[in-house]
Amino acid sequence: MRLIRAIAVATALGVATLLSPLGAAEIKVGLAAPPSSIDPHFHNLAPNNSLLSNIFDRLVHQDPNQALIPGLAESWKAVNDTTWEFKLRKGVRFHDGSPFTAADVLCTFKRAPNVPNSPSNFGLYLKGKTVEKVDDYTVLVKTTGPQPLLPNDLSTIYIVSKSAGCEAKTEDYNTGKAAVGTGPFKFAEYVPGDRIVMTANDDYWGGKAAWDKVTFRPITSAPARVAAILAGDVDLIEDVPTADIAKLSKDPRVSLFQTVSNRVIYFHLDQFREISPFITAKDGSAIKNPLRDRRVRLAISKSINRDAIVERVMEGSAVPAGQLLADKFFGTSKNLKPERYDVEGAKKLMKEAGYEGGFKMTIHSPNGRYTNDAKIAEVVAQMLTRIGIETSVETLPPAVFFRRASAGGPDNTPEFSFILVGWGSGTGEASSPLRSLIYTVDPSRGTGAANRGRYSNPEVDKLVDAALASVDDEKRAGLLAKATEVAIGDLGIIPSHYQINVWATRRGLKIVPRTDEFTVVMSVAPQ
Amino acid sequence: MTAFLIRRLMQAGLVVAVMSVIVFFGINVVGNPVDILVSPEADQAERARVIREFGLDRPVWQQYLLFLNGIAHGDFGRSFVHGEPALKLILERMPATVELALAALLMAIVVGIPVGIYAGITPMGRASKVIMAGSILGFSLPTFWVGLMLILVFAVHLGWLPSTGRGATASVLGVSTSMATLDGLAHLVLPALNLALLKISLVVRLTYAGAREASQQDYIKFARAKGLSERRVVGIHLLKNIMIPVVTVLGLEFGNLLAFSVVTETIFAWPGMGKLLIDSILLLDRPVVVAYLIIIVLAFLIINFVVDALYSALDPRVRLRDAGS
Repeated sequence: MRLIRAIAVATALGVATLLSPLGAAEIKVGLAAPPSSIDPHFHNLAPNNSLLSNIFDRLVHQDPNQALIPGLAESWKAVNDTTWEFKLRKGVRFHDGSPFTAADVLCTFKRAPNVPNSPSNFGLYLKGKTVEKVDDYTVLVKTTGPQPLLPNDLSTIYIVSKSAGCEAKTEDYNTGKAAVGTGPFKFAEYVPGDRIVMTANDDYWGGKAAWDKVTFRPITSAPARVAAILAGDVDLIEDVPTADIAKLSKDPRVSLFQTVSNRVIYFHLDQFREISPFITAKDGSAIKNPLRDRRVRLAISKSINRDAIVERVMEGSAVPAGQLLADKFFGTSKNLKPERYDVEGAKKLMKEAGYEGGFKMTIHSPNGRYTNDAKIAEVVAQMLTRIGIETSVETLPPAVFFRRASAGGPDNTPEFSFILVGWGSGTGEASSPLRSLIYTVDPSRGTGAANRGRYSNPEVDKLVDAALASVDDEKRAGLLAKATEVAIGDLGIIPSHYQINVWATRRGLKIVPRTDEFTVVMSVAPQ
Repeated sequence: MTAFLIRRLMQAGLVVAVMSVIVFFGINVVGNPVDILVSPEADQAERARVIREFGLDRPVWQQYLLFLNGIAHGDFGRSFVHGEPALKLILERMPATVELALAALLMAIVVGIPVGIYAGITPMGRASKVIMAGSILGFSLPTFWVGLMLILVFAVHLGWLPSTGRGATASVLGVSTSMATLDGLAHLVLPALNLALLKISLVVRLTYAGAREASQQDYIKFARAKGLSERRVVGIHLLKNIMIPVVTVLGLEFGNLLAFSVVTETIFAWPGMGKLLIDSILLLDRPVVVAYLIIIVLAFLIINFVVDALYSALDPRVRLRDAGS
């Protein structure tokens, strides 16, 4: 009897799981930020890249941990230091039925860096690369110098169709006329600020999605997004606010999915000025910039209780950080651990450095750019005050903060002394933060573009240069890890924590969480 | 009448011109859109390209002259964020906001005026005291909190109404509106109520004060003495005389509903103009902000004109005429 019942239940469940994707094959997704366009080359912006990954494919894809996997290219290899060969996938069709061939790749490469009025284009990934057609399913990419990151770079470029998309304007994409990709979903409707609707591409080369129709709705207010999933108005939300995670994890209506992010939250310190504008002696008189003393920087790092930040401020949805990128990513160091919280050690270092009496400092932070950014700045200010660095907090709207933090001082130098910022590595490996945050500032080479502390160490630069010239993966990973070790040893920046990306689905669904914050509907399925 | 119109138009032109200068120069002082829009991974050359392409390398006065030149050709500039004409973006979102504002205004009138009059002519009744106390709550509760509570109660707990977003639309007389479908109306109720709550309280208090004062006056007493029905006394004589302040305030408030329903639109993910404005301000999308505020100034001017016209309909002693003419 029992057995029969068990079989009956199992059959019922089996039928239910078989039927549910057919019966209720529509999914509604609550987005945290609206896309600025449907044109995949218009704006290199995370919400756009995330959304459009559902319509368009790239030659090289990134798996949920941002490791490279074949996309529209079945395989690739470096023929020599400056030439790469990509074998294209055969039998792939665009949504309008036209076949995907090398011609589409060639014209995409021409379009991506040249979209008019683009607020941030994809030229930086295509710099110094030319593409040649060998036959319909083979292309060669030639570079001016060795570019080991070429496959990573190409994993950011969405392939559009020669017949529908290459000559089209951004407006044509927004109306849907040109929004023809090879991806798992087809464009159906775009109402700016309201919704984006897609339907399944039944012929998708990567298999058919569990959904016939997807509706994305931007719900920017975090509490409203949570309410929408609790009310059953949407089936999936991204960027679950930390304050609600504890409550939602106990709620029978929803399931949570999370993974560590490619984003590190860190502090940049003024290391280039003799006298730093927001640092004074306790009585307000000018002093020499103490942040140029490594002992002071180390004392600051030791005074930061990363576990407390993670537990109390981030409510558990963060991981204490010891380097530029979480340990599982390419090119990170195995030896670096988060600096241990040690107030006594910090005080001792301050004394050694001649700052026993402490000094006054201001920490600047954006308000609303990163999860709980302003709160973290306040907490860290208190921690610093404990070791004698009397710290006041100034938080600014992101629009104001970043201008002043990058170029608010005289001669377009960074204005602040000590700032809280974050860095997400789009390429998912360590050269991205090393090049932008750590490398010596040099506009002619495009290095140090976000190095707001002006840290500079020729040894690190040399290691990064060597890494970026090395096509051998293992060697490059070693060099990047070494560069990170030297830079963190110098306290070029002080890492605080890695964010965690959290999605919530209605109970009964599952999603594969991604380190790059992309919401990929293809990975959503009934449990 | 013609002189009045011409004078009004000239005033309007002046207001718009002054406004555009203030907004244009004001927003140019705040931050730099390039820092927000450019991908963090972009290098210095890419930043320089964007600055050049947006014309941000020119002095502000030159940018302003270019902007005026554009307006002379009917071009309010191109959104930095969306790459589309600013005017198009705003007009696309206007119907959603207009229907939200109209629904809220309707609620304010239909609920506010009768309730206010009732409280005004029976000021000592228990119900009136409850009404007046309630109106204070309506004033003082912050919109974003009330909005979240409405969602929590009616969408999450009771499940009667959808939590966010705009429902299905249908086309009525060439205008696509969500007021024409059931799904659309269901989506409209909560945000409109949230927006209307403060307006209802305002109208209740205004009508209450007017009705209390007017009901003591001789003409009402005469009307009653003459034996007119209570319905006629209140519905015609009293109502007409207390409507002028109510119409003035509702006119202004309608402008506010149209222009600055930002909080409600954000909480309810309502795809209207207010949402566009706040997004544009946060991203420093200057062309959209400037175009938006200019359009709003025009809207206020039109509403004020309509209010003036309504005065003269309500009170024949008022003529559409300036003191000077």
